[in-house]
Amino acid sequence: MNLNELTIKKANEGLQKKDFSSVELTKACLDKIKKMDDKIKAFITVTEDVALKQAEAADKAGDFSDPLTGIPHAPKDVFCTKDVRSTGASKILDNYVPPFDATSIEKLNQVNGVMVGKVNCDEFAQGGSGENSGYFNTHNPWDLERVPGGSCSGSAAAVASDMCIYSLGTDTGGSIRQPAGFCGITGLKVTYGRVSRYGVMAMASSLDTIGHLAKNVEDAAIVLKHIAGKDKKDSTTPDKPVDDYEKEILKDIKGLKVGLPKEYFIEGMDKEVKETVNAAVKKLEKMGAEIVDISLPYTDKAIAAYYIICPSEVSSNMARYDGIRYGVSEEADNLLDTYLKTRSNNFGAEVKRRIMIGTYALSAGYYDAYYKKAMKIRTLVRNDFDKAFENVDVIVTPTSPTPAFKIGENSSDPLKMYLADVFTVPASLAGICGLNVPAGFVDGLPVGLQILGKRFDESTILKVGYNYEQATEWHKKKPEID
Amino acid sequence: MALTKEEVKHIALLARLGLKDEEIEEYTNQLSSILDYIEQLKEVNTDGVEPTAQVTGLENVMREDEIDSCDNETKDKLIKSAPDSEDDLVKTKSVF
Repeated sequence: MNLNELTIKKANEGLQKKDFSSVELTKACLDKIKKMDDKIKAFITVTEDVALKQAEAADKAGDFSDPLTGIPHAPKDVFCTKDVRSTGASKILDNYVPPFDATSIEKLNQVNGVMVGKVNCDEFAQGGSGENSGYFNTHNPWDLERVPGGSCSGSAAAVASDMCIYSLGTDTGGSIRQPAGFCGITGLKVTYGRVSRYGVMAMASSLDTIGHLAKNVEDAAIVLKHIAGKDKKDSTTPDKPVDDYEKEILKDIKGLKVGLPKEYFIEGMDKEVKETVNAAVKKLEKMGAEIVDISLPYTDKAIAAYYIICPSEVSSNMARYDGIRYGVSEEADNLLDTYLKTRSNNFGAEVKRRIMIGTYALSAGYYDAYYKKAMKIRTLVRNDFDKAFENVDVIVTPTSPTPAFKIGENSSDPLKMYLADVFTVPASLAGICGLNVPAGFVDGLPVGLQILGKRFDESTILKVGYNYEQATEWHKKKPEID
Repeated sequence: MALTKEEVKHIALLARLGLKDEEIEEYTNQLSSILDYIEQLKEVNTDGVEPTAQVTGLENVMREDEIDSCDNETKDKLIKSAPDSEDDLVKTKSVF
C-alpha cells in the first residue's frame, strides 16, 4: 500500500514505529497530487514547500503521540491560512493572502499537522455540486464525468483519491455530507457552535458549521477531538465539554433507538438508493438497534425556508467583498462604480443569484413576508427534530436522493440543484449534527447513509457510524482512476 | 412570483452589483421561479410560532473592553492587503 493511502490512525502507527517519516508520507501525497490532479482538479493551490517544512518540523520534534502530527491534510479554500493564498474559490479573492490562521487551522498547526494545499469548492461554499467554483470544476474520482458534490467538492475528491489524508470543510446545508456521500467517504457536519468559525469565510452565519471529510469514522473522531471546543474568538461556541470521541465510538449500539422518518423515503427517489439505505438500516437492526418509524412533518417546507434564510444571510456576508480592504478591485472613476464593477466582474452567477434573492427578501416591505416567515418555519422544522429525539437516539436517512449526477446535468436549473439538498438541509436549520458514511454502490457510484443526532451528541452518531462501518466493507473501496 | 426587470435592476443596485442587460433578463427569470417555489410557505400556519434567529441559545457573550493590540507585522500585511493605501491608511475613492 502506498503511504498516501493510509488512514490517520494507520499513518500515525507507522510514524510512531518509525516505519516511515512525515516527509515520506507527505511526499507520497504530493506525488499523488502531481500524478492525479490534472484529471481530478481538486486543488486550487498546492503548498509543497510549506508542507515539506511542516513535515520536517514534525520529524525533527520526533513526537508522534498526537495522532494528527505529521499527517497531510488539505483544507477547503474558504479557510484563512496565514501567508498562504486563500481564495474562497472566488475570483474576487484571487490575490488574497490572509495574515492569520483560522482557529481550526491553528489547532492543526499546534500539533505539527502538514498542509499539502488548499482545495477547490463552490464559490464561497455556495452550491451543491462543485460547478460554481470561480476557477474550475472538480471531478468525481469514481467517474470523472460526474460531479464530486458540493460545496466541499475538492475536499471529497482529494480524500477519496488519497491526495491527502483528511480535509477540513464547511457544511451549511449539506456541503460536507453530500459530497462525502457522492465520493464514498466519511463526512461530519457538527452541531452548530461545536467548532469555531473564526477565520473561515462566512456564508450564512446562523447555519455555517466547520467539519471535515475523512477516510473512515475513526479518523473523523480523531479530527473532531482536535478542532471542537469553545473559542473566545467565536462567540457562538457554547462552553460544552469535548467528548473523547475515539473511545465513545467503540461502544456498541444494542438497544439504541434509530428513527426512520417517512418523509425521507419518498416516491420519486431513486429506487436503488432506497434499497441501499434500507439494507443499511437492516444491518443496524442486526447489530441490536431498535428501528422506530417517525415523522418529521415540516421536511418538505425546509428547503423553501432555507432558500430564503441562506441567501438573506449570504447577501449580508458578501457585502464585505467590495474592493476596498482586500481582494481584487476594479478601476473606476467613483466609489459606486468601484463597487458595481468589482462585484459584478468577480462574483460568479450563483453568488450573484443568492445575493439578489437575499437582498429582495430582506428589503423594506418584504422582510416579514419572507425572512421572518422563514424563521418561523425554521422553528417548526427544529421542533420536528426536538420532538423526534424525545423518542429516538439517532435519525437515519439517505444522504441524497440520487448518486452523483453528471457535470452540467443540473447546472442550468438552479431550482433543481437546490432540490437535490432536500435530505441534508432540514438538519442544518435545526443546528443538529450529521454524519455521512458510505453504504453501498448503485451502478458503480457511491451511496451515502446519513446519521443525524441531537445537538452536541456527535459521540452517538459517530458510534453508530463506526459500528456500521466495522460491519461492512464500503469504506475500504477505492476508485480506480486511470 | 413574477419580478419585473425594474425590480431586478433596483435589487441589483441595492446589492451593489452592476449587472449587464442579459444578466438582468436571466436573473429576472431565475429569481421569479425561485420565488414561486418559496410562495408555498405562505400556506403554512405560523400563528404563535416564535422565529428562530439562532440555535445556540447563547445571549450577550461579552468580553472586557480592553485593547488586544495587533503586532506590527500583521498590521503591515493588513494594510498591504488593501488595493490602495497610503502610510497606515486604507485609501478609497471619495465617499461624498
